[in-house]
Amino acid sequence: MIDSLVDIILLTLLVIQAFAIIYLRNLFVVIMMFGAFSLISAGLFVVMDAVDVAFTEAAVGAGISTVLMLGTIALTYSRTEDMQEKLPAHKPWLPLAVVIITGGMLIYGTTDIPAFGDPNAPAQQHVAPYYLEKSLSETGVPNVVTAVLASYRGFDTLGEVTVIFTAGVAVMLLIGGRRRKHKPNTGDGNET
Amino acid sequence: MKHNLILRVLSKFLIPLIFLFALYVQFHGDFGPGGGFQAGVIFSAGIILYALVFGTDNARQVIPPKVLRALASLGVLIYACTGVASLLRGGEYLNYSVLGANQIAGQHLGILVIELGVGMTVMSVMLIIFFAFADRARPEQEVE
Repeated sequence: MIDSLVDIILLTLLVIQAFAIIYLRNLFVVIMMFGAFSLISAGLFVVMDAVDVAFTEAAVGAGISTVLMLGTIALTYSRTEDMQEKLPAHKPWLPLAVVIITGGMLIYGTTDIPAFGDPNAPAQQHVAPYYLEKSLSETGVPNVVTAVLASYRGFDTLGEVTVIFTAGVAVMLLIGGRRRKHKPNTGDGNET
Repeated sequence: MKHNLILRVLSKFLIPLIFLFALYVQFHGDFGPGGGFQAGVIFSAGIILYALVFGTDNARQVIPPKVLRALASLGVLIYACTGVASLLRGGEYLNYSVLGANQIAGQHLGILVIELGVGMTVMSVMLIIFFAFADRARPEQEVE
């Protein structure tokens, strides 16, 4: 009872925020709304007992990505210009139709999805029972998520870390190390 | 934000707590929620808060870009080398069971080490990206 009440409140907040994000034109406010949206999604994940995902969503979605978007908006707008998003020149009927059809098909697709927490769902049938039964005795790690992530799926996590590393390298190559052109006198380690 | 007294005092109080929490998440990830990825993000959030309040120059003195680049690659290297270490000890790549005296000890050690690698890489890459964005905005800020 109380669970579904919390669900309803959180989902209502998400819908309100989604509409606010669509209708607001001040991009600074929109970024803040994105942060709040992530925070409420994190709350939703906590309700669904996915604390690790909630943790990541709160730290990355509400924290870091908000800061990065603020950094982007500081780059793309000058001080004098206000951060208003320009209205599109024409009415977006075609995108609206595409979104409505895709959304309708997705909602239709959810009727085939097994119920939340259904033990007979295909996702729970494959390797999940093995992890749940054996992970503590095989790895000695009480948190199953960590056991799967770091041990059973160690290859995947290595790939993910490499992806993050590659993202850092790409950002450095694209927009890093350009400072010397503007300020020749700063003496820190930006010698690339 | 240089003259905002409340922000400065509050963030000075908060930043050590953020770092402490990041370390807790890092090394307690096997028992509670969290792990290297979340810990790295939280740790970098602490430094980003410092950079936002006290300026990127000060933050750069706390953790120079050279160190960040080294840490980012070192994290991936630690992770990959853990796999090589388990190869050398006669197991499969990234099979931590052979790293310790018994299976449980080996798994514990392996997970701890690779989570450390993940945390280092995530922390430094987040900061590298943040500093890259902050530096790009810089010439405009100096004109003001």
